[in-house]
Amino acid sequence: MQHLLNLLIKSIFVENVIFAFFLGMCSYLAVSKKIKTAFGLGLAVIFVMLLTTPLNYFILTYMLKEGALSWVHPSLATVDLTFLAFILFISTIAGAVQLVEMVVEKFMPALYTSLGIFLPLITVNCSILGTSLFMQEREYNFTETGVFSLGAGIGFFLAIVLLAAIRERLRYSNIPEPLQGLGIAMIITALMGMAFLSFSGIKL
Amino acid sequence: MSTDATTEAPVKVEKKREALFSKKNVQTLRDPLDDNNPITVQVLGICSALAVTVQVKPALIMSLGVIFVTSFSNLIISLIRKSIPTRIRIIVQLIVVAMLVTIVDQVLKAYMFDVSKKLAVFVGLIITNCIVMGRLEAFALSQKPWPAFLDGIGNGVGYGLILIVVAIFREFFGAGTIMGIQFVPQWLYDIGYVNNGLMVLPPAALFIIGIYIWWQRSRNTKLVNVS
Repeated sequence: MQHLLNLLIKSIFVENVIFAFFLGMCSYLAVSKKIKTAFGLGLAVIFVMLLTTPLNYFILTYMLKEGALSWVHPSLATVDLTFLAFILFISTIAGAVQLVEMVVEKFMPALYTSLGIFLPLITVNCSILGTSLFMQEREYNFTETGVFSLGAGIGFFLAIVLLAAIRERLRYSNIPEPLQGLGIAMIITALMGMAFLSFSGIKL
Repeated sequence: MSTDATTEAPVKVEKKREALFSKKNVQTLRDPLDDNNPITVQVLGICSALAVTVQVKPALIMSLGVIFVTSFSNLIISLIRKSIPTRIRIIVQLIVVAMLVTIVDQVLKAYMFDVSKKLAVFVGLIITNCIVMGRLEAFALSQKPWPAFLDGIGNGVGYGLILIVVAIFREFFGAGTIMGIQFVPQWLYDIGYVNNGLMVLPPAALFIIGIYIWWQRSRNTKLVNVS
């Protein structure tokens, strides 16, 4: 239990997807001009991450790993399909996002209008695929996968809402013209990353 | 062969050659290097890039991988652009890109295992690198194969350029080396020079890119406030 809690805190703060790995920077920089939209995107990312990473975990353990296919037939025990991981992971993510989009559109039109445009964008959010690939690389089991994807999602949510809040304030400050917009957002992210580095002192 | 055919053939080749590196095509190739750089102007593909820039060598290999993927995915998508239904085009694009990235990954694993270990998940993340998808959506879906291929190369090189600039700074100040060769002389260490530990950490990459953007935009004021 304590181990899982540690993993959660580690994936939110110490190994934050944005500040430690730069995953999902594109949408992080593009959608952080207003707190409200940043909030919506953050929630959508948490949701999609919680859905796709466990799905990819099942694909990995029951289809791709060496010996994973032995449940079909014992003679397939030596088949190793891990080289197909990229294609299957990204198809799962694209499919899941499309499905989520259709379900949300049908049953929760209010939520759909507030998230609408961001949902398809999430497919190409590096942090989603990155979480699945980290899950594969670090060989998490099922509960760890669930906790890790939750933590990674919350980490992204936290980062994008924080940046949006800072950028809303920035509008009233006097920044050199060439640095406005993207430049200052980069430097702020770097400063926030340095602040988050202090979490790496925590012993977990 | 009749004489007609032989006289016609060279004319055709000439025409093609003219189109091959016409002004517009050269522009397509050269624009992404500076004025329309994918990272600093289009804000695409920052995701998988920055974590591999601690040293120059992985950055170089990563850029080669990205150039390969962007150019060939642009080419393939442009070739089949008329038969892709609009509704499922994102999935089609992703599958093509994922296939190319799988090739890159397997080649790296086979011939450069140590670099492949260092790049780890970031090779896989070329799939969701926004440059690839962004160029497919913005260019390859509406252009002929050859310009699309050039556009892919241009954007890949523009991306690699930033990667290598950042990597040179980070490796030089962070470890005193470039490509593993010692550049800071020993006597400097003897009189008390120390490597800058911050340069090895993730935020340094963002600082360097932020300053690069500042420099680029103050040099070329047209770019100010495009995003």
